[in-house]
Amino acid sequence: MIRKLTLTAVTAVTLAFGGSAAVAAGEDGHIEDIAFSFEGPFGTYDQQQLQRGLKVYMDVCRACHGLQYVPLRTLTDLGYSEDEVRAFAADNFEIYEAETDEWRPALPRDNFPAVTGEGMGPDLSLMAKARAGFHGPAGTGLAQLFKGMGGPEYIANFLTGFTGEEREVAGQYLYENTAFDGGWVSMPPQLSDGLVEFDDGHANDAHHIAEDVAAFLMWTAEPKMMERKQVGFIGVTMLVILAALLYLTNKKLWAPHKYGKELDL
Amino acid sequence: MAGIPHDHYEPSSGFDKWLHKRLPIVSLAYDTLMIPTPKNLNWWWIWGIVLAFCLVLQIVTGIILVMHYTPHVDLAFASIEHIMRDVNGGFFLRYIHMNGASLFFVAVYIHMFRGLFYGSYKAPREVTWIIGMLIYLAMMATGFLGYVLPWGQMSFWGATVITGLFGAIPFIGDEIQTWLLGGPAVGNATLNRFFSLHYLLPFVIAALVAVHIWAFHTTGNNNPTGVEVRRGSKEEAKKDTLPFWPYFVIKDLFALAIVLLIFWAIVGFMPNYLGHPDNYIEANPLATPAHIVPEWYYLPFYAILRAFTADVWAVQLVSWITGGIIDAKFFGVLAMFGAIFVMALAPWLDTSSVRSGKYRPAFKWWFRLLIIDFIVLTWVGARDTNFPHDWISLIGATYWFAYFLIILPLLGVFEKPETPPATIEDDFKKHYPDAPSAAE
Repeated sequence: MIRKLTLTAVTAVTLAFGGSAAVAAGEDGHIEDIAFSFEGPFGTYDQQQLQRGLKVYMDVCRACHGLQYVPLRTLTDLGYSEDEVRAFAADNFEIYEAETDEWRPALPRDNFPAVTGEGMGPDLSLMAKARAGFHGPAGTGLAQLFKGMGGPEYIANFLTGFTGEEREVAGQYLYENTAFDGGWVSMPPQLSDGLVEFDDGHANDAHHIAEDVAAFLMWTAEPKMMERKQVGFIGVTMLVILAALLYLTNKKLWAPHKYGKELDL
Repeated sequence: MAGIPHDHYEPSSGFDKWLHKRLPIVSLAYDTLMIPTPKNLNWWWIWGIVLAFCLVLQIVTGIILVMHYTPHVDLAFASIEHIMRDVNGGFFLRYIHMNGASLFFVAVYIHMFRGLFYGSYKAPREVTWIIGMLIYLAMMATGFLGYVLPWGQMSFWGATVITGLFGAIPFIGDEIQTWLLGGPAVGNATLNRFFSLHYLLPFVIAALVAVHIWAFHTTGNNNPTGVEVRRGSKEEAKKDTLPFWPYFVIKDLFALAIVLLIFWAIVGFMPNYLGHPDNYIEANPLATPAHIVPEWYYLPFYAILRAFTADVWAVQLVSWITGGIIDAKFFGVLAMFGAIFVMALAPWLDTSSVRSGKYRPAFKWWFRLLIIDFIVLTWVGARDTNFPHDWISLIGATYWFAYFLIILPLLGVFEKPETPPATIEDDFKKHYPDAPSAAE
């Protein structure tokens, strides 16, 4: 183990500093921009969409992906009452109690379970912040400045980016995906038109399902986003006022020394 | 404090007089705050206050973050999510601390380049400059140590790569790297010591800042003309200066409000813009990220580090002379630290008799080129090392050294500088013809 760690460390250092070409990651995936409701300084989560996204997660993603950092109690953010959340937790998840060596129904205070094991996928709690859909151009970061980091776009594009091509490499099946860097990914295609029925009767073609679950995963990654933007806005407003007052104070203070007279404000 | 003649503090009340005889602390605060400051300072002189603010901001948010953070490889990443989700206002604390580091470095770079342009490093302010460089080095170390604490992928691999730099030292490199990491690879011992040092260094910086301020309060501030304040008498000094409080405090606070306005917009609306998405993936020693990129503020020097590859003739020459002891990797490390070291030597490399770049026609262009060089190096530091990035890095790195080691010394000999104004008062009156002759 330690030997392997040292080896990977050495490899990393050589790759980064040996002057040889940096890791050729293959072709970068292609990501289409999506106009999510939560984008921009005033964007907010659409509770209906988050509820639909939760359903997609529960029906499709959950089999292989956990949400280990997301407390079930925070589902009240999606517009559910505390009783609904309690029932949801108890109906859907079981938690292992080491002390009693027993499984019990989940409570709101528990997190969504982690999903680990052979063939299981990565945890999705932070996926929308752990991927960037947009880059460049030419390493300037301007695309991300104007379009956002593109995490949820990446997820939605990824879920609908399968071409149907597959190949076997060393006993493992890989599936072609236009959003994935390098083009081939070990996760099989999951979404199809009409796969999930929504309670609110919303369109359920594959693209809409993908967008809804991407929005939901943005919420799991950044549950306090709306609060953050609100305080951001209040702070900016206050600082504009403070800056204006200090500007005038400064002008008045310096006037006798710059112009030889008092300034009437 | 010594330096420019000014009115000293006179204790007035009984208690004040009693205390003054025993500990002149009120007097110290008064003299520090009332220091005569050249009245022609322009807006490039506001960044010192921004830096002082950043240091306090980072220490305060940092102390609170530590109350909720757990420095352990199995718990660190989860404890950050605990801060982001469960701690009241925790996500703000963390986003402020994260982006506060970026603000700190934006401010320090502008502050440094201001000094380089107006010749603030030149006699008698060499010590202020050297202390400043030490602060900058301590900031780089603190920023790096702090970036490891969230224990994301970039934390882990950044730590692996950066400590690997010390591994490039001939003969004893491996031992030093092992000693730094507390083991053969980045692990729990590394995280714990990095946490300890990340908490310690800001207080070292605070102490250095006090010395930095002490030093330039002794020499007096530089100013855009580079002309010294007249010190013959209090009256003469008063024609060139105004007290720091309230004139410059209010001016700096106004500038600080504008800077914070932009800062707060970033924290509120795009807090992850300057970060790397990979750091939202928990550290995994078995999966190397496709691109290991340091934080943006290290990129210029990272580019210099990577610029000197084994196919550069200078590297081959040095390697041949030293019998292979200095190989390309170690050469790169020396170049990176050397790039900062030559900056520290600027007071002795600059031979010009004129202090401020404002009156140096040739210097101005070379300086502008240095700014462009710095920006290009920042950009290329995040790119891969394929053509043409390898060439751009090499040219950029070469210019960086050439500026300090060749251009600065030669300019003083060959350049014909313009004549600066005789006094600060003259300069001030050029901008404000109606300014009264004697202040007050």
